[in-house]
Amino acid sequence: MATANDISMNQAGPGPAAHVLAVAVENLHKTFETHKVLDGVSLSIRRGETLAVLGRSGTGKSVLLRLIIGLVQPDIGSVRILAQDIAGLSLDMLGDVRKRMGFLFQHAALYDSLTVGQNIAFPLVHHRNDLSKAERNDRVDQLLAEVGLVGALDKMPSDISGGMQKRVGLARALALDPEILLLDEPTAGLDPISSGEIDELILKLQSEHQMASIVVTHDMHSAKTIATRLALLDRGRVVIEGTFEDLEHSEIALVEQFLKQL
Amino acid sequence: MTAPTTIAPIARRPGISSVHEGGSPSAGLSSGFFEWFGSLGIFSWRVLKAAATPPFEFKELIRQLDDVGSKSLPLVALAGAAIGAVLSMEVRSSMTRFGATSLLPSAVIFSIIQEMGPTVTGLVVSGRVGAGIGAELASMKVTEQIDAMEASAVNPYRLLAATRILACILMLPLLTAAADACGILMGWIAQTLVAPISLHQFIDSGFRGATLSDFLPPTFKTAVFGLIIGLIACFQGMRTRGGAEGVGRAATNSVVLASLFVILADVVLVKLILVIFH
Repeated sequence: MATANDISMNQAGPGPAAHVLAVAVENLHKTFETHKVLDGVSLSIRRGETLAVLGRSGTGKSVLLRLIIGLVQPDIGSVRILAQDIAGLSLDMLGDVRKRMGFLFQHAALYDSLTVGQNIAFPLVHHRNDLSKAERNDRVDQLLAEVGLVGALDKMPSDISGGMQKRVGLARALALDPEILLLDEPTAGLDPISSGEIDELILKLQSEHQMASIVVTHDMHSAKTIATRLALLDRGRVVIEGTFEDLEHSEIALVEQFLKQL
Repeated sequence: MTAPTTIAPIARRPGISSVHEGGSPSAGLSSGFFEWFGSLGIFSWRVLKAAATPPFEFKELIRQLDDVGSKSLPLVALAGAAIGAVLSMEVRSSMTRFGATSLLPSAVIFSIIQEMGPTVTGLVVSGRVGAGIGAELASMKVTEQIDAMEASAVNPYRLLAATRILACILMLPLLTAAADACGILMGWIAQTLVAPISLHQFIDSGFRGATLSDFLPPTFKTAVFGLIIGLIACFQGMRTRGGAEGVGRAATNSVVLASLFVILADVVLVKLILVIFH
């Protein structure tokens, strides 16, 4: 299996867009009730990069993604998406930023009253008025083909497996050709074969679309396969950030525990 | 390797409008009461803002008009008819005692149109539509479908809340008119079974001396009931937490609170109508 490092090495070189920070979070703090979830997290990612955010359960990985897309607001700190600070934006203004992002939820979060095709078409229906119905249907077919689900168009989310739901969620996240892709536990709850397929799919999409991706995962195999950089969160803080090789050379006990998965 | 940076804290700025950060469930009873009203006020403002700005969700509005209106019609018509029959029988018994049976059509028609029709419609719709909206939105909330909608840059206040609230506002007066019609019809049937009278005569006698101000304000006051039902059901649904239990709680609270506020609003509206129109 190719890894993200192989793919980035095969590319001709970063274009000018690659130097723009796609996501930059600075000193993020977030507390729910009395539970401090994030305690000064700072991370950044450029276009074409994939950052895997690792950490034990409850260390704030999913909250970090929700802060980045503006579903939760920080107590302290800033989130910049493509150089725009999203703090204080109205829902509609934030929507303009979100149109440039795709989000795969941990449990896919498909609209259960809509078919697979309608789920994928949802962002197109609301944001691509320039497309005719036929063009929209073509785009949905193309996205279904990209995630390997040709023939699932008219199925209901309840009639497909968890792995297929993740693929549909991924297709929906890609519908508007996002510049930033946020993936929350894309392989959680899947068998090793389905996990491998999702990883392959993410790698393929990265190579084709050149997005900035942030992947929250517990799965070290997956992180090693798809990420160009990794960050390990513990107790709401980034304990280490770097390439897989950097982590391998680390003497931090938690890092060693994670590497034991491999 | 990049070391985690440490920089000076940045002060929190005005919040992102979102449906996610509700109040603390551990708050005391009185603070919970004020927090509920405060949150409802903020929610209402966001819905109003979303409803007043494009894009307008006409397709979803039409779907909701059908869901709130035509699907509630049989239930509302049946409730109106039952009220009409019962009212006719009860009023007849009282009128006979006072020798005023000739006033029976007026008593039945005025009671139905001015109070019973609107109130019963409000309560029936609170039950059917309030529970439906509350449970549907709560289920969407706990399964992250509303988050997914926001993440797709679609404003849930506009697509989910504004359309449902507007549908309730528009459909309640129409449903009330239907309930009134069924009530009057059944009131006549109940009357004519005891003392035969033609429908024309019943209606003619019932509406004698009546003006539009006797009938239009009580019918259109139900638009306020629609606002209350839609607003509370959407609010309860979209602030839900806690899985299946939370969904059940949202549905129950939607019905209980919507019914309660419909009755309380009725008191205020009846007084207002009396002051303004009489």
